[in-house]
Amino acid sequence: MGALQSSPGRPEYSDLAEKTGFSFEQIGVLHKRFKQLSHNEETLRRDNFNEIDDLAFNPIRAQIIEAFFDRRNFHQNGEGKVQEIGFEEFVVVMSHFRPPSAHMTEEQRGKTRREKLRFLFNMHDTDNDGTITLEEYRHVVEELLSRSGTLEKETAKCIADAAMLEVASISVGHMEPDEFYEGITFEHFLKLLDGFEIESRMTIRFLNMDTTTLCK
Amino acid sequence: MPSGTVSHGASGRLRGLFLVMVLVFLEGSVFTVAVASSDQHSPTTAHSGGHKATDHGSHNNTGKAFPVLDLNYENVRVPFEISLWVLLASLMKLGFHLVPHLSNIVPESCLLIVVGLLVGGIIRGTGETVPPVMDSKLFFYILLPPIILDAGYFLPIRPFMENLGTILIFAVVGTLWNAFFVGGLLYGVCQIGTETSSILSRIGLLQCLLFGSIISAVDPVAVLAVFEEIHINELLHILVFGESLLNDAVTVVLYHLFEEFSGIGSVTLLKGFLGVISFFVVALGGVLVGVLYGILAAFTSRFTSHTRVIEPLFVFLYSYMAYLSAEIFHLSGIMALIACGAVMRPYVEANISHKSHTTIKYFLKMWSSVSETLIFIFLGVATVAGPHDWNWTFVTVTVILCLVARVIGVVGLTFIINKFRIVKLTTKDQFIIAYGGLRGAIAFSLGFLLKKEHFPEREIFLTAIITVIFFTVFVQGMTIKPLVELLAVKKKQEAKRSINEEIHTQFLDHLLTGIEDICGHYGHHHWKDKLNRFNKKYVKKCLIAGERSKEPQLIAFYHKMEMKQAIQLVESGGGIKMPSAVPSTVSMQNIQPRPPTKPAPERAIPQLSKNKEEEIRKILRTNLQRTRQRLRSYNRHTLVADPYEDGLSDLFLKKQKMFQIEKKLKEMNTYLTVPAPPPDSPTMCRARLASGKHTDFKPDQVQKGNKMCSDPQAYSIKPASNKVPMIQVDLASPQSPDSVNLLDEFGQANQQEEEEQGLMMKPPSRPREAKKPSEEDEAKDPQKLMRCLSDPGPSADEDEDGAFLP
Repeated sequence: MGALQSSPGRPEYSDLAEKTGFSFEQIGVLHKRFKQLSHNEETLRRDNFNEIDDLAFNPIRAQIIEAFFDRRNFHQNGEGKVQEIGFEEFVVVMSHFRPPSAHMTEEQRGKTRREKLRFLFNMHDTDNDGTITLEEYRHVVEELLSRSGTLEKETAKCIADAAMLEVASISVGHMEPDEFYEGITFEHFLKLLDGFEIESRMTIRFLNMDTTTLCK
Repeated sequence: MPSGTVSHGASGRLRGLFLVMVLVFLEGSVFTVAVASSDQHSPTTAHSGGHKATDHGSHNNTGKAFPVLDLNYENVRVPFEISLWVLLASLMKLGFHLVPHLSNIVPESCLLIVVGLLVGGIIRGTGETVPPVMDSKLFFYILLPPIILDAGYFLPIRPFMENLGTILIFAVVGTLWNAFFVGGLLYGVCQIGTETSSILSRIGLLQCLLFGSIISAVDPVAVLAVFEEIHINELLHILVFGESLLNDAVTVVLYHLFEEFSGIGSVTLLKGFLGVISFFVVALGGVLVGVLYGILAAFTSRFTSHTRVIEPLFVFLYSYMAYLSAEIFHLSGIMALIACGAVMRPYVEANISHKSHTTIKYFLKMWSSVSETLIFIFLGVATVAGPHDWNWTFVTVTVILCLVARVIGVVGLTFIINKFRIVKLTTKDQFIIAYGGLRGAIAFSLGFLLKKEHFPEREIFLTAIITVIFFTVFVQGMTIKPLVELLAVKKKQEAKRSINEEIHTQFLDHLLTGIEDICGHYGHHHWKDKLNRFNKKYVKKCLIAGERSKEPQLIAFYHKMEMKQAIQLVESGGGIKMPSAVPSTVSMQNIQPRPPTKPAPERAIPQLSKNKEEEIRKILRTNLQRTRQRLRSYNRHTLVADPYEDGLSDLFLKKQKMFQIEKKLKEMNTYLTVPAPPPDSPTMCRARLASGKHTDFKPDQVQKGNKMCSDPQAYSIKPASNKVPMIQVDLASPQSPDSVNLLDEFGQANQQEEEEQGLMMKPPSRPREAKKPSEEDEAKDPQKLMRCLSDPGPSADEDEDGAFLP
């Protein structure tokens, strides 16, 4: 604790800590990682992410990387993509995965849920129009299955269609045969994943200790 | 109607209950008689069969008459008695559910113990000695394994693994704490001892510790029995249940350790150290044995495609062998069994047929249910039978200490555990965990195993064990349900696993792994991902037969879901009801993106007046909706005759065909050609009437010189041809594969039409004419389409008559 307190840029940390809810130590660790990924530059680009070897096996790698460069995730009400991000944006995106704190009111819990689900929604809604269309959902399923070898496009489409049908059934319920379900809006998405307990599932453990030297 | 069925139901239940009581009474009397006769098989007495026995005796003397009716109970005795016991247990189970409201108030385990007490009482009352039913061998080798296998095979792996750390800490550290706390304090109390209990002061420290280790283990049977009825949320269930399973290793080690020490009489540090080592050996060895047998079972199941009938047998045998093999080496049999079941399940299920899967499930449930019932009944009987030595101090102190130790243990451990958990355990959770620490028959059997020479105070122990068991099962078991309600503990969510949740579960897994990699630390998700990849790459290839080995989990889940829905559809009698989780009228059509609409002027049909159009639309829509419903069901669940058959690939081939057809259908526009409803349906009549009024139809057809539609009233069934989408909705008909083919060809025929406006029904091109007769033969089912209902659109070719001739 003592060593970290004397690290440079501390007033910046307190600002970030306020904004994102991380502790000083955690921000320190993240900063180290940021520097490691960006080779000590000020900003990160997509190629820096592409260099991470462990990510190579991940089927939804492209989408994860895109999420870091999506303005909608920076909590600044922006839209569209950027080409490079600074440390602040990095931490803000990471803060979506913070575990919920022990004592949260119902309201805070609801807010965290919406935030995390919004992040997921943004990942699916690639064209920024506020709905996840059938095409986009199909793309999600295809990506998920992309690493499993035998990708039958037809099956992926069937799964996506079935899923979409389910969403429509849950959200809209009754539709005339010639009505058309435009896509999953954010409200429908919330309703869909209602029982999913996302606030505890979509978390990773942020360490207070620096273990980045142990991994690539 | 509701009141009628309720009263019928109530009277039916009472009738059933009465019958059961009669049966039980009869059986009970036969049983006592059987027990009696087994002791007195001298030819002189036996009130069973009465005079026949004397006849037998006299026959022996004379040796001349041939015994027409003979009585020989001895040969059949053992199997007969066993069957009687099992029958009694099953009838009891039946009876409980017939008594209204009883099963809501009192958990089954309590009732069964009471029944056991009654039976024991009856047997003792008739003056016979109660059979020593709670034989430890019987318990450990016959009664316990089915329950544990059932638990292990159906163990929910995901929550178990996620909470493994917590479970292990509760199981190991918690049980150790309980054992030493209870044992130590009990020894202290015994030493302090009152004047009356010089007996107590003779109990050594080791004996007390042994007793502590026996009594401190949470019992899986009791936990299962009680928790199954209260439906609490998955987390608490898996915590208590997992703890009860994993503490077996600790119990085994402590038991053997203290038994050894009591025998020898001295404890050295080395022995203590060896004890610790043996704990690891026991636990890990048990798991290893289980995993080995599990892999063997999975490997064997790879080759069973030609002998499906014995597949379940392999599962049972390998698991039982795992248990017995572990017991040979004094390893933890329970852990071996759990490991075996959990390891073999994903691979075996991918290999075996659907029927075998059902068989395994039901056999396991059946055996474990009967075992559980028997265990509780035997507990009751053994209570009546067993030699007792009631010692107030000992018993009450034991009960109190058990409770206190459990509470302190849980609270203390949770405090430590919560520092490492993401989802913390609340006070409510802690209370339920502490309260759910039930003791059961394992403790009793272990106590029963104690040898009298080493443990002169065996009876005191047994009495105390039984008291604790009774206390936990009755008091805690009965009150936990109201307490759960009172504290508003989160209950199990009944929601079915939907495809969306599955997609997102997978998505989240990959997302979190990715974020962990970006963050740079190897956490939980990273290792899980590595294990999955290893599994997919090497293990699955060995253990799963054929193509299934490459199937990703999402697709496997989807197949399973489809299968389930297909079966549901068949059971619900075919397309009338929609077998969907959420009743809605949303169908595939609603979500498919619309093709770009064709500009209106190109259509040469005359404009119908607005409201006539509306009426037509409404009629069509009602027909269409029903069709869509039927179509949708068939889309999702196939036209294949037997969904129980193997051959998922066939299923999907046909479904793909169906999809193509539906797509073609949709692209044929809103007015849509619909299969005509059956001739006498109200819709048909309505349509008939409607078309009578709307003679506008005629001009369209006449324009094209279509002689067919000159008489719109004649909704006769013509063997319309391949121009028309015929959906043969014959689920069980052997023709269905053919009809699919028919439609497919039609689908291809349509493709040509789409090049124009997607509206018309061009007659099939000449080369297809050769196929027509055969197709028409197949399309005999009177669901033919009435041409007039369709929107013909401009058609260059006037040659449509030929197509409609039968």
